[in-house]
Amino acid sequence: MGVEGIGARVSRKEDKRFLSGKGRYTDDMSVPGMKYAFFVRSPYAHAKIRGIDKTAALEMSGVIDVLDGRQLQADGIGNLICGWMIHSKDGSPMKMGAWRPLAVDTVRYVGDAVAIVVADSSAEARDAAEAVVVDYEELPAVTEAVAALAAGAPQIHPEAQGNLIFDWQLGDPDATDEAIASAAHVTEIEIHNNRLSPNPMEPRATLGIYDAAEDHYTCYTTSQNPHVARLVMSAFYNVAPENKLRVIAPDVGGGFGSKIYIYPEEIVCLWASKKTEVPVKWTSDRTEAFLTDAHGRDHVSTVKMAFDADHRIIGLKVDTIANLGAYMSLFSSCVPTYLYATLLSGQYAIPAIHANVRTVYTNTAPVDAYRGAGRPEATYLLERTMETAARELGLSPAELRRKNFIRTFPHQTPVIMNYDAGDYEASLNAAMEAADWNGFAGRRTEAKARGKRRGIGMSCYIEACGLAPSAAVGSLGAGVGLWESAEVRVNAVGTIEVLTGSHSHGQGHETTFAQVVADRLGVPIDSVNIVHGDTDKVQMGMGTYGSRSGAVGMSAVVKALDKVEAKAKKIAAHMMEADESDIVIENGELKVAGTDKTVPWFQVALAAYTAHNLPSGMEPGLKETAFYDPANFTFPAGCYIAEVEIDPETGKTEIVQFVAADDFGNIINPMIVEGQVHGGI
Amino acid sequence: MAKVTLTVNGRPVSRECDDRTLLVHFIRDQLGLTGTHVGCDTTQCGACVIHMDGRSVKSCSVLAVQASGSAITTIEGLASQGELHPVQAAFKEHHGLQCGFCTPGMVMAAVDMISRRGGRLDEATVRHELEGNICRCTGYHNIVKAVLAADEAMSAARQAAE
Repeated sequence: MGVEGIGARVSRKEDKRFLSGKGRYTDDMSVPGMKYAFFVRSPYAHAKIRGIDKTAALEMSGVIDVLDGRQLQADGIGNLICGWMIHSKDGSPMKMGAWRPLAVDTVRYVGDAVAIVVADSSAEARDAAEAVVVDYEELPAVTEAVAALAAGAPQIHPEAQGNLIFDWQLGDPDATDEAIASAAHVTEIEIHNNRLSPNPMEPRATLGIYDAAEDHYTCYTTSQNPHVARLVMSAFYNVAPENKLRVIAPDVGGGFGSKIYIYPEEIVCLWASKKTEVPVKWTSDRTEAFLTDAHGRDHVSTVKMAFDADHRIIGLKVDTIANLGAYMSLFSSCVPTYLYATLLSGQYAIPAIHANVRTVYTNTAPVDAYRGAGRPEATYLLERTMETAARELGLSPAELRRKNFIRTFPHQTPVIMNYDAGDYEASLNAAMEAADWNGFAGRRTEAKARGKRRGIGMSCYIEACGLAPSAAVGSLGAGVGLWESAEVRVNAVGTIEVLTGSHSHGQGHETTFAQVVADRLGVPIDSVNIVHGDTDKVQMGMGTYGSRSGAVGMSAVVKALDKVEAKAKKIAAHMMEADESDIVIENGELKVAGTDKTVPWFQVALAAYTAHNLPSGMEPGLKETAFYDPANFTFPAGCYIAEVEIDPETGKTEIVQFVAADDFGNIINPMIVEGQVHGGI
Repeated sequence: MAKVTLTVNGRPVSRECDDRTLLVHFIRDQLGLTGTHVGCDTTQCGACVIHMDGRSVKSCSVLAVQASGSAITTIEGLASQGELHPVQAAFKEHHGLQCGFCTPGMVMAAVDMISRRGGRLDEATVRHELEGNICRCTGYHNIVKAVLAADEAMSAARQAAE
């Protein structure tokens, strides 16, 4: 692997910048003439807008303009969309209500944007926003998913009668019902997976710059996928054609899913920059982040798990109601469907599974992908059911799991996924040993003597990572392909730039992607620069989410390196008058295997650019592009064990031990992977 | 408008600003020192921690005018001649940062902690002292390791110098 190659615990190249205060986040960007935006937002969960009076605000100090949804609509800016079509089981398409970047007639959640104020300073913009008088007629609201489906619930979008967006299913209902009917035991539980707010440390921000002379827009934004932002803003929101819109996601301070989506603010600031003829910057405060960043989870499910007399699972039936909030965010529809129900087999061989999922509108912030997105919801549901079943059956939780683990691979589940490999017993054993599972009874007795209650629980998870095979997701309704692109540019002196469509917002790509190159070419990672996050530099990419940067983004880099290496070997063979098939690359040199003939990497690069002595017919230069479309997901898995102690007098709960055993396969940088796991826990 | 005169990272500066300007906005917007971050509205996150007259303060809860006459150190002023401060070096060595957004505040709080309690830090103390700094990426584990390692390195250097 070499000291800096794959598997090396290399400290991060990007750290010095962040540690010195030299990171460049969106809110750090400043351009001449830049003004500040503040959004007027709905204080009501549901209301009609009867009118907007801007008179007082427009007269206030520093105010440049106050713009509303009617003006935006008149300029032809489109509505926000959900990019993944789901059909209900009756074949009808999902019922998507209109999400206007600035609300026009109706507001549907607290925080819904109504108008934008642009002023000389952010304080003046905020002051003026308070002076914008919006005449609201408050309407009844509903916030809980189950209540939203009840007869007589407030109707949120005319397009979705009864607030039902779709009623979807996966798996075989008849086979599952039969399994339940014939079962020796059925465990039934109801699960609430609570809503949460993602809260990356860096609040969302955007800077919209319109250049009238070029009729060109630049958008700095806190995005996990700037190319998708550009695509969507061009193709669906009519902001500008792609060649007239540059999107830059510079350093981004954490995402956790919430920065995948294209929100109203980017669109509105770009449009407002054209309207007001000044660059417009908006930075969310934390209050706005809680109100408007897409939330995660919010499922209510009932589960029936059927066992035969030998305690093998013979069927699983799940009925889920997922709250999508007031509007359908960009990938909201796929999270409680294809990222959720497809993982309901977990680590277990289950012959029959049926999942029914209803998604509903409520008067709450939109819900979309958050950390794991659907897959943790599946794990939580399955593992709570397994723990309950073990108690009901009088088995140890480990024994019940062992009995049901998938042990032969590849394994086709009844819910689409084909697991390529796994050894679930190994991670279970590792976790139990590290947690001293067998010593728990003694620790519980000891705790009891101190008046404390002690408990232990395990969770065995599987994830589908490396999103995703494009044709497969396309057949399931995705509006985009989920490949990744890479360009490897070798400079004339042998240093290297790698352009990737992946985006780093804490994952350390500047280091790990360079390690992949170092491993391959034997060059130091300091000679490799990773370029990402700018649609003018990187041609196209799908961004970072769904644990895809390593499996998909790096694979694209490897494919481009294959091409670079092949050409470099041809050049080296020509230079050393050897056969191309005899050339090997080691420690930054190209060698003729079995001889002492070598040529350093930089000389091959230089030869490619001087082009004085290249093989006949070869184009000069050493730069290659590749797109990688994965053939399958990857399936990391593991076992986590938590031991907690509760003071029954006060209810105070302490996690006394937490053990994680993960099977991640080939690790590029163990230090970074461990850090990611720490953060996830 | 108020006139604010102070020393920032060893250099005297003087600027006019709105009376209500917070020190963090003065530092970021007027002085262009964008290493000091704003992560919350409520003085909870600690991304804006700087040193004012040698004490760590959250610059989002100080008015720029209150800081007039003081000596300020921001994250940009910590390294000397491109050489990372031992706390910065320890954060790098122990992977105490991921997205980097909380990092300047964490480092400034850690430097202050070590200057007050250096040589007497343990894990529980470091965790307690960092209660005013929130990180969303690391789970704090490696941050605590980094602070303890920096404390050890700085204590050893002090002893060697004595």
